[in-house]
Amino acid sequence: MSQSPLITAKGLSVHYALRGGLIGPKPYVGAVENVTIEIAAGSFFGLVGESGSGKTTLGRAMLRAAPISRGDVHFDDGEVSYSLKDLGKQDLKEYRKRAQLIFQDPYAALSPRMTVRDIIAEPLEVMGLTSSRAETDERVREIAAKCRLNVEHLRRFPHAFSGGQRQRISIARALVSGPKFIVADESVAALDVSIQADVLNLLKSIQEDMGLTFLFISHDLSVVAHVCDHVAVMYLGRIVETAPTRTLFSNPRHPYTTALLSAIPSLDPDDRGRAQKLEGEIPSPTNPPPGCKFQTRCPHAIDRCRVEEPTLETAGTEHHVACHRWQELAG
Amino acid sequence: MSRLIDVENLTLQFDTDEGRITAVDNVSFSLEAGEVMGLVGESGSGKSVTAKSLMKLNPRNAVYGPDTKITLHLEDGPVDVMSLQNDTEMKIVRGGSISLIFQEPMASFAPAISIGDQMVEQLLIHTDFSKAQSKELSIEMLDRVGISDASTRFGQYAFELSGGMRQRAMIAMALSTKPKLLIADEPTTALDVTIQAQVIDLMKDLVDEFGMGIIFITHDLGVIAQTADKVAVMYLGKLVEQGTVRDVIRRPAHPYTRGLLAALPTLDDIDAPLTPIPGDIPSPLERPAGCVYSTRCQEIIGPRCSAEVPQFLSVDTDHSAACHIYDTQEGAA
Ligand SMILES: Nc1ncnc2c1ncn2[C@@H]1O[C@H](COP(=O)(O)OP(=O)(O)OP(=O)(O)O)[C@@H](O)[C@H]1O
Ligand SMILES: Nc1ncnc2c1ncn2[C@@H]1O[C@H](COP(=O)(O)OP(=O)(O)OP(=O)(O)O)[C@@H](O)[C@H]1O
Ligand code: SF4
Ligand code: SF4
Ligand SMILES: [Mg+2]
Ligand SMILES: [Mg+2]
Repeated sequence: MSQSPLITAKGLSVHYALRGGLIGPKPYVGAVENVTIEIAAGSFFGLVGESGSGKTTLGRAMLRAAPISRGDVHFDDGEVSYSLKDLGKQDLKEYRKRAQLIFQDPYAALSPRMTVRDIIAEPLEVMGLTSSRAETDERVREIAAKCRLNVEHLRRFPHAFSGGQRQRISIARALVSGPKFIVADESVAALDVSIQADVLNLLKSIQEDMGLTFLFISHDLSVVAHVCDHVAVMYLGRIVETAPTRTLFSNPRHPYTTALLSAIPSLDPDDRGRAQKLEGEIPSPTNPPPGCKFQTRCPHAIDRCRVEEPTLETAGTEHHVACHRWQELAG
Repeated sequence: MSRLIDVENLTLQFDTDEGRITAVDNVSFSLEAGEVMGLVGESGSGKSVTAKSLMKLNPRNAVYGPDTKITLHLEDGPVDVMSLQNDTEMKIVRGGSISLIFQEPMASFAPAISIGDQMVEQLLIHTDFSKAQSKELSIEMLDRVGISDASTRFGQYAFELSGGMRQRAMIAMALSTKPKLLIADEPTTALDVTIQAQVIDLMKDLVDEFGMGIIFITHDLGVIAQTADKVAVMYLGKLVEQGTVRDVIRRPAHPYTRGLLAALPTLDDIDAPLTPIPGDIPSPLERPAGCVYSTRCQEIIGPRCSAEVPQFLSVDTDHSAACHIYDTQEGAA
């Protein structure tokens, strides 16, 4: 994929202040630290990693929905380009049309008192994208059909729908404004595997249809393997490895990625206890360890890891890894 | 092993604007102390409301069927859960003997009270610990579920934690009272697999330590394979298959279970297309006649499927399914 990037994060940090600062520097959570990453136009980009590693925060920063403390995010779709850190009010409004979030929870995200038609139409009305009710209805019907909802569904209230259908409603709502960039944060986690497969197939076909770019945040590595073309792995606010999907799954280079892959629960009940156990202290983003952030749990940590933080190095085509020992360990 | 809970003929309906819907239809199962049962099934199939029924936690518009009987076997004798009326009686099942980890972590923490204060309060209600002991135990439990810097997190509010930390805090809270029965509703969906493995190990330790029974609701069949002793599969309010984890995963008997397993993305072939079960789950307002799965079944055997409700039939020792395939017209089985 040699497409130009739609989203470029450069040295991006998001810090949240912590209450109860006594003396000395104000304590904060480094939710995202110095992240540099490119998402090519048309990519289905997977983001995986430790719980609390900053995936949601990174996704929200790319939507300008989390405070950018340092660095910046650039958006360029060929028509407009924005630097998100200093986006003016008018530009921010414009950006909201182009960048959308699909919520994690199809149950909580939909207002129970609105019909499905009104739920999908709301962004059009709020953003003033249509000039008549007829035009709004037309847009709603069009996107509903793409998301395999039928006209009769539009009159109903969300509680009459199953999880999969509700997820399709939230997808339709996210897509109706004609965005270019979609952040899907754990969008299929609450769905059973069959509906999940259905929604993923839908997302993929819509992506091809509408030329969308996705940031797909998920804990389910098997899902990521099937739908994403590129994957980035986060640990404690940092990107520790990024590669084309096939490379990442066949040739993981970072010890955390290796541990993640080995811990995927096997479908074989007799395979219990085969996952590589990570011993050691789970570090805190308020008080990160010096050197490599994974050193407290890494089975390969050496003295150097405890003092010097590794930076992303090139390990192959589009393959980057932040580990002092990746070359040695690859042997 | 001794019996922990018996659920017999659980039927649950909800009154809604659009009429009365059936969420759970005549479901029966039981669990021994120290046993882990996985409960899987389609979204909306009734897993969460089944779990909440065991503590009579469903909202006011819930109507239980007259034959519903839930018996919790405690040291002091059996408790008939459906007959519990007031809050004092309910205390036996809510938070004391049974702990429920809710599917929505945000909903189970009050937004304006710190995580720690909620954990301590719960321990003060359900145990004899002092405030200081409760705090100590709470921090220890947060630590055991892999929350770093537990004493700082103790003082934080739910919105300040990531999705997975909230989930773990909830697990820590539910386990701290050392319940006899733990009902865990999608407890690990927001966790990365390394932490998930750690949380599952902790649960297993507690099963071994004091014979806790677990009902584990998840759509992750890998997690089921790694944790459960037996599995129950639900579809549209019905139990459609029950068996040991090995049997259900290796020799799924019900066409719905087979469809679920086929839809699972595997790492062996990442280019293989994902194959969902065709069609949509029917609205609970329009439950199909006959077999609930008949509108989507790939193995449908004839008009009987949409006319007659299949009975639960044994397909093997400790393995049964509700499907006409296992019955003959002569009624042999
Ligand atoms: N509004 C906030 N205030 C304070 N801290 C926050 C806030 N939002 C997130 N954090 C902190 O930022 C860090 C990263 O959180 P984030 O939600 O981005 O993680 P995540 O990778 O999405 O985790 P998960 O997989 O559990 O959803 C965590 O330590 C979290 O506690
Ligand atoms: N309070 C309520 N009022 C009306 N209907 C309800 C209520 N609670 C649940 N239902 C309905 O009962 C059915 C079963 O819901 P339940 O939440 O148990 O499903 P589930 O199997 O847990 O699904 P998921 O996997 O999506 O969590 C659904 O059709 C749901 O819409
Ligand atoms: S830099 Fe050292 S501690 Fe970090 S992942 Fe590599 S080997 Fe492990
Ligand atoms: S009873 Fe008929 S429709 Fe139902 S699962 Fe069995 S074969 Fe399929
Ligand atoms: Mg998150
Ligand atoms: Mg549920």
